[in-house]
This record gives sequence, structure tokens and C-alpha cells, in this order.
Amino acid sequence: FMQRGLDSQTKKQLEEEEKKIISEEHWYLDVPDLKEKESCIIEERSFLRCEDLVYGRMSFKGFNPEIEKLMIQMNSKCKEEEIEEDDKMEADVSDEEMARRYETLVGTIGKKFLRKRDQRVLKDDDEDEDDEEGNSNTRPSKRAKKMFLKPQD
Amino acid sequence: RLSAGTAPQGRLLCGPGLRRSGAGLLVTKCGLLRHRPGGGGAYWVDSQQKRYVPVKGDHVIGIVTAKAGDVFRLDVGGSEPASLSYLAFEGATKRNRPNVQVGDLIYGQFVVANKDMEPEVVCIDSSGKSSGMGIIGQDGFLFKVSLGLIRKLLAPKCEIIQELSQLYPFELVLGMNGRIWVKAKTVQQTLIIVNILEACEYMTAEQRKQALAKLSGN
Repeated sequence: FMQRGLDSQTKKQLEEEEKKIISEEHWYLDVPDLKEKESCIIEERSFLRCEDLVYGRMSFKGFNPEIEKLMIQMNSKCKEEEIEEDDKMEADVSDEEMARRYETLVGTIGKKFLRKRDQRVLKDDDEDEDDEEGNSNTRPSKRAKKMFLKPQD
Repeated sequence: RLSAGTAPQGRLLCGPGLRRSGAGLLVTKCGLLRHRPGGGGAYWVDSQQKRYVPVKGDHVIGIVTAKAGDVFRLDVGGSEPASLSYLAFEGATKRNRPNVQVGDLIYGQFVVANKDMEPEVVCIDSSGKSSGMGIIGQDGFLFKVSLGLIRKLLAPKCEIIQELSQLYPFELVLGMNGRIWVKAKTVQQTLIIVNILEACEYMTAEQRKQALAKLSGN
């Protein structure tokens, strides 16, 4: 079928014919596109979601204290405010006290783990803070210490 | 063919007894049509039956019938026994196995329950806590009632349960598969509670109050 020396025109014609045949053979839907219906309806086979059913394990008059605690927990899941209130009530130490304690606590434990140099720095810093003028003596001496001291000839 | 003609304004929950077909709903069970307006609206059919069909998420009481390697076979009252893996308990590891024997009662929830696969039960919820599920303790009495009664008893403010709780201390586990387990201090008290629960399906409120008054008098 493929002949040598076909004119470019006839070649184009042949190609177009081939494409036509192929596109006709391509299946396409004649039916108008069905709109993807957003399913507004959810199917549910359990009664639990429809009716507000209570938790199945129950205990009365203190027969089983763990289950009674559970009952309160499960049945107050809807009412979350109650749970929050309970937590606040149960805290023995107030939030402010906790904050104060932590402030000092962090400082004291942090000092424990400082290396010697840092501890000296801390002390000097404290002294500097105490004397607002600022001891100029200590600072050059610090610098001198840090630099390499040349042995005097 | 019944079709709910109103246009839903959001996600509409179509509960048990109803099935979606095309643009409308088909009713598959006989009963009363219930509607809940809150939370986007929900319709379902309140039907009565005794035979349980496993549904995902339902809490049920199962009886251990066999141990097959790492998996227990539970009888939940459905068409086939459900499986329960030994790792599906709180704090269970390969070395720390739960102490479950044949004949024990288990309170668990379905994690797989459809008509194509074998139902699976677990005693642990999605966060890994047991939250009351697991092996139900010794003693007590297990009996079967219809599913409608269970739903009535599990309703938020059930008079029957409130009235019973005034009588004497007892413990109660309700499974959605129609099984109830009761335990009270003495055998007699347990049996009284069992009889009341079984009979209150067909008693009116007044008859029930009369019966309870007689008992609390004794």
C-alpha cells in the first residue's frame, strides 16, 4: 500500500482519511452527561446515629463504681462544659501558683547544670546587676583572662 | 414506593429501613417512619424484629464459642460467628494475652460488618482505650429480648431503667443484638429484674408501676 514517491498531497489525504476512520471508531457517549449528583443523602444502617442512644453498660446504686464513672463520662460527652468545669475544680494548686513556682524552679535547676566558667559569668553578671555603675575593673580583667597572656621576657 | 418529596437542605441521614434509589428513597422495612429534625435531619423506620443483623459500630454482647489460634469465634446472634482478635483488647500484646476462655461473655463493638465479609468485633475503641468493653465478669444472667425493647431501654430518659434503679443496686449490660446481662447481689433479685425486663415489653406503664410497687413493698 505504501508506495514510494507518493506526492505530499496524496500523503496528506491518506492521513486524513485514516484519522477519520479512527475517530469514527472511537466510542463516545451519545447520552448527555449525567450531572454528578452530590449525594445529599447519607445511608446509615445503625440505629445509634439516628437516635441518641445511651451507652450500653450501666450500673446502679454503686454496684460497680468503675462503670458508674464510665456512665458519667460517656453520657456527658455531649455536654463538654461539665467536664471542663470538673477539671478546674479538681486542681489543688491554682494556675498562678504553678507559674510562680516554675519561674524560680527553672532558674535553680538551670544553675545546677552550668559549667564552671558559666557559673563565674553568672556571678559576675549578678554583681554587675547589683552595682549599677558597673565595675570597669572586672571587665578588663575578664578580657585579660580570656586572652592569651604572653610570658614577660 | 414511598418517596420523601421534600428537597433536603444539606446532608440528610437515611437510617435503617430506608434505601436510596435514584433521587428518592425506598422503604425496605415495615414500621413507623421517624424523623429527627436536629443535626441535618434524619429519617428512619422504627421496626420490630428479633433477629439481629451485624451493623458496624454497634455494641454487642457475644459468647465465645471457640479459640482458633490467635482469633476467638464469637456468637453474636447473627447469621455467622464473628471473629475477635486477641490483640483487640486494651493493653494486649503478643506476650500479654487476655485471659479469655470458651463460654465467656464479651462486650465489644463491630469494626467490620457487611454482607460480604465475616463480621469482626473489637473490645477497644478508636483511641485505643477499652472504655467499658471487654470481658464481662462472673455471675449474672444473660437473656434475649427483641431489638425494639433494647432501643427503648437505651433511649436517653428511659422510665423503665429509672424505676428499676430505685429498687436495688444492680449492674446491667445491654447489647444491640438483643442480649441483656444482669447482675444483682442475690439470685432472687437478679431473677426479679430479668422478669420485669422481659415482661415490660408488653406491659403498659401503669401495669409496670403496679408491679414495681408490689415488689418494693415486699
